Amino acid sequence: MSDTKGLSRQQMCDRLAMEFADGWVVNLGIGIPTLCSNCDFGDKAIIFHSENGVVGYGPLAAPGKEDLHLVNAGGQHVTMNPGSAIVHHADAFGMIRSGRIDVTVLGAYEVAENGDFANWKMAGQKGGGIGGAMDLAACAKHVFVAMEQTTRRGAPRLVERCAIPVTAKGVVDLVITNYGLFEITPEGMALKEIAPGVSVDEVKATTGCNLIIPREVPPVRLRG
Amino acid sequence: MSTKKVFESFDAAVADIPDNVTIGFGGFAVVGQPVNLYGALAKQGAKGLICVSNGTRGGATLPEDAPTMEWLIQNDQVKKVVCAFTAPTRASQRLVFTEYYESGRIEADLVPQGTLAERMRAAGAGIPAFYTPAAVGTELAEGRETRFFNGREYLLEEALPLDYAFIRAYQADSFGNLRFRRAQRNFNPIMAMAAKITIVEVEEDILPPGAIDPDDVHLSGIFVHRLVKVPPAPEGWWPMRPAEVAARNAALQGAAR
Repeated sequence: MSDTKGLSRQQMCDRLAMEFADGWVVNLGIGIPTLCSNCDFGDKAIIFHSENGVVGYGPLAAPGKEDLHLVNAGGQHVTMNPGSAIVHHADAFGMIRSGRIDVTVLGAYEVAENGDFANWKMAGQKGGGIGGAMDLAACAKHVFVAMEQTTRRGAPRLVERCAIPVTAKGVVDLVITNYGLFEITPEGMALKEIAPGVSVDEVKATTGCNLIIPREVPPVRLRG
Repeated sequence: MSTKKVFESFDAAVADIPDNVTIGFGGFAVVGQPVNLYGALAKQGAKGLICVSNGTRGGATLPEDAPTMEWLIQNDQVKKVVCAFTAPTRASQRLVFTEYYESGRIEADLVPQGTLAERMRAAGAGIPAFYTPAAVGTELAEGRETRFFNGREYLLEEALPLDYAFIRAYQADSFGNLRFRRAQRNFNPIMAMAAKITIVEVEEDILPPGAIDPDDVHLSGIFVHRLVKVPPAPEGWWPMRPAEVAARNAALQGAAR
């Protein structure tokens, strides 16, 4: 079982979603990031883009109310908000490659202090699962990562250099884990906010690279 | 010429598929997936196939006994799969394809999803190759041609032409003009444009020419060659609601015990 200390997965996504600006086009990877579409955005208009060409999807469909022709990139049955549009796959990736996506939120196995990250194959694995991650990582204006602080065996996921094959180099801006919020800066990885119930020493002990740590680390901002 | 595109059965529509051809299978997470054509091709038995598809299984709206590319793989009909996933997206899942690939019984070309789509779009547009930033700096780019444009590095990718495309659409007229519904569009029009012969399973009754307004056509019949209406279940395969899939899977597992 993975470490359940600190933030829940929904709290991790709620915190990242606070960074979305009004009018942003947001693409969510499968796994933890899909929870970002459950967040309350208040007055902000957020447009969710999915690789399969659904632009402007809304919350998950209620059981029994699914439209069997309508799924997001994770294959989940979603709804469509007013103003949605459908495009084909090449146009959906045209939007990605031409820089129309403001942020992609992806899961990862490892994030390095230089902004490299790895999420498509494990060490020694033949093949893997790329999906749209390489296109998104190379081309979105911002790349956010949502992942657990450590592997199931307790090894750090925040590292000096990725040990497994990377998805893209030097692209990650912001990482949320159950232990806190981390920013990739030109000087290295900085701890920006810390999860309730987690100490700075615990963050350092579970991180595989140097961290830039302010004298006072504010708590992770959480809604209400 | 128009009515010649309408076939009476999936078996008839795939009867002449030879061995050693490249076939694109459309769909994304079951939506728009040519489920019935998978079943017909498994029965038909063509071998040495190169199969192009985002993945090999599909999503939560088909039960375990529905035809997928796994049927072709288990029949030893497949030589190679060109795809964005050789492994499942969840650690708890196991794919038949992953086992065949990891044990060396099937080859694979693993391609980023946007590159996969664009390689077929290029083939359908008469473009032999293009440069993309996806996969630059990764293992997939090792030893391959890259080039800098405006200070940024891009990877050369070649068009991916298909002999056949197997797709699913919502509406068709007898000329082959197609409309898709919601997320059903995905890879389907792109694969049709990349293919010499496109075979479509159609959900609604095939319409007379003119019934679809020209402004509403998503894919011109120029790119479409064979149409088969999907019969009602259980003869034809249709997506099911997740609760229906779960009930059917439970019944199948009960019967297997």
